[in-house]
Amino acid sequence: MARNSILGVFAKSPIKPLEKHIRLVVKCSNQLIPFFAACSEQNWSEAAKVRRKLSKLEQDADALKRQLRLELPGGLFMPVDRADLLELLTQQDKIANKAKDIAGRILGRKLEIPASLQEQFNAYLARCIEATEKAAEAINELDDLLETGFRGREVELVEKMINQLDEIEDDTDTMQIVLRKDLLALEGELNPVDVIFLYQIIDWVGDLADLAERVGARLEILLARK
Amino acid sequence: MDILLNSGSTLVIIAAVVGLFMAWGIGANDVANAMGTSVGSKALTIKQAIIIAMVFEFAGAYLAGGEVTSTIRKGIIDTSFFVDSPELLVFGMISALFAAATWLLIASALGWPVSTTHSIVGAIVGFAAMGVSVDAVTWSKVGGIVGSWIITPLISGVIAFLIFNSAQKLIFDTEKPLQQAKRWVPLYMFLAGFVLALVTIKKGLKHLNLHIGTADGFIYAAIIAVIVALIGKFFISRIKFDETAELKTHYANVEKVFAILMIVTACCMAFAHGSNDVANAIGPLAAVVSIVDNGGQIAAKSTIAWWILPLGGFGIVAGLAIFGHKVIATIGQGITHLTPSRGFAAELAAACTVVIASGAGLPISTTQTLVGAVLGVGMARGIAAINLGVVRNIVVSWVITLPVGAALSIMFFWMMKGIFA
Repeated sequence: MARNSILGVFAKSPIKPLEKHIRLVVKCSNQLIPFFAACSEQNWSEAAKVRRKLSKLEQDADALKRQLRLELPGGLFMPVDRADLLELLTQQDKIANKAKDIAGRILGRKLEIPASLQEQFNAYLARCIEATEKAAEAINELDDLLETGFRGREVELVEKMINQLDEIEDDTDTMQIVLRKDLLALEGELNPVDVIFLYQIIDWVGDLADLAERVGARLEILLARK
Repeated sequence: MDILLNSGSTLVIIAAVVGLFMAWGIGANDVANAMGTSVGSKALTIKQAIIIAMVFEFAGAYLAGGEVTSTIRKGIIDTSFFVDSPELLVFGMISALFAAATWLLIASALGWPVSTTHSIVGAIVGFAAMGVSVDAVTWSKVGGIVGSWIITPLISGVIAFLIFNSAQKLIFDTEKPLQQAKRWVPLYMFLAGFVLALVTIKKGLKHLNLHIGTADGFIYAAIIAVIVALIGKFFISRIKFDETAELKTHYANVEKVFAILMIVTACCMAFAHGSNDVANAIGPLAAVVSIVDNGGQIAAKSTIAWWILPLGGFGIVAGLAIFGHKVIATIGQGITHLTPSRGFAAELAAACTVVIASGAGLPISTTQTLVGAVLGVGMARGIAAINLGVVRNIVVSWVITLPVGAALSIMFFWMMKGIFA
């Protein structure tokens, strides 16, 4: 008798799961902070433990992503474009993947951040993770956006958040340039192969902020359509 | 002709029993659609929904069900074809009831969203066109009814779109949504009360021998609407708001105000549903009773026997009381993202459309009108996801229901002719 009723018309909302997904993703990338803390103390067993936790969160996010995709079949009438929504989801998921790659690469090579760069690197990492948190904050406005029919003040609020996100990302770019320059100065003292991978890690951490910015951009596109 | 004199009371009892069963089915199954949005958006508990439905379905059926009942009873069929053999009309109406009831049973068991309105109209057209003569159907009237099935969801969709957008402008997209909600929500209550009261006063109270003039009607309706709005305002002032949520643009508090509004629109919806759908059960019964009571004379001007509308109302309430709980409980679980501010727009639009149709004597489908309204809110980007597949099923079901209702009713008609004549 349930199918008989009007409520069959209302399909499951993708908004809550999407918000949940980015919260998982941010939680996952946040693990990088205790992870690098353990690495700097050369406590590799602790680092491995954190990485396992991070990897578990990444898997959860993956599962949620897949479930959300399955629950968004073609014949849904939504206030936002389905393709945009799925693209946003893909972008969100890439953040978690990147965090997992970073932890994996560091742990695999037992790669150490040079002591003199430690503080600078931590600030850079924190800022990049801040970008992902900002992206999550913007995504979490989606339910309020639905309340206001995706227009008006609420859209302005979200656009403000996306602007802040862009600023953070700009910031991380500057920090990255300084960090690379300082690493260049140290290169002679370090194992050349480690240096190559250090550059890669710096790149990848920066990618966290880049991807977060792209989530913001996707959200903007989502809002701009229609 | 003799058959009516000899077995008249038997026929009336058969019609009454099947009519009561139909009303019971409407109460048990159909009401879930009318109340579903309120329960689904958590504005009402199941118990509250049942109580509201009982009171307002009965009120709607009794106070405003007369016009549609008349249409079902004598609007679809050209009675001049039956002057010489009124028993055929009696058989036909009973067959139509049987056909509609059977089809509803099958559809309910299979979980198809069929409309009682479409079943009964299809059934009546079926026996008259095939069993008697194609000309026995007042095709112009039927055309109007079928046309209204296409137009009413459209109208209610447009109204819902406008109501939702007005709520966005007046309340959501403002500096202080909560204050705005407290100010404007009673106005929507006024609107709801006014439309319902006006239609009831102008169209419904005829059979109670209350005649109220046009100007007086508007004044009385306005007075009732003001009372509704004041009661609503009182309850809004008593809501406990979560102050911590007020800091930013959190809409949880605003939704609490809309939840009160939704209680009002749920009453309207139940009233509207009762006023329109009761006729599906008792319209044919009314026809049978009037023919038998007049000893086979098909009186064009006769009024509906006094006990018929209350019987229909009683049947609906009984269905609700016995099965409604279960049905509404199943729909209450499924819903995910329907907030009172969207539900109210859809319900108010649908209730107004249905009640106006009831006043005009048009038998329409409450469910389809509500679906139209939901799509209207969806167009205004108010609903997270609408399942177009289900919408399509609902549309397809009414296209299928017409021929099936007709075929079943022809079958029953020949059976009854075989048994009684």
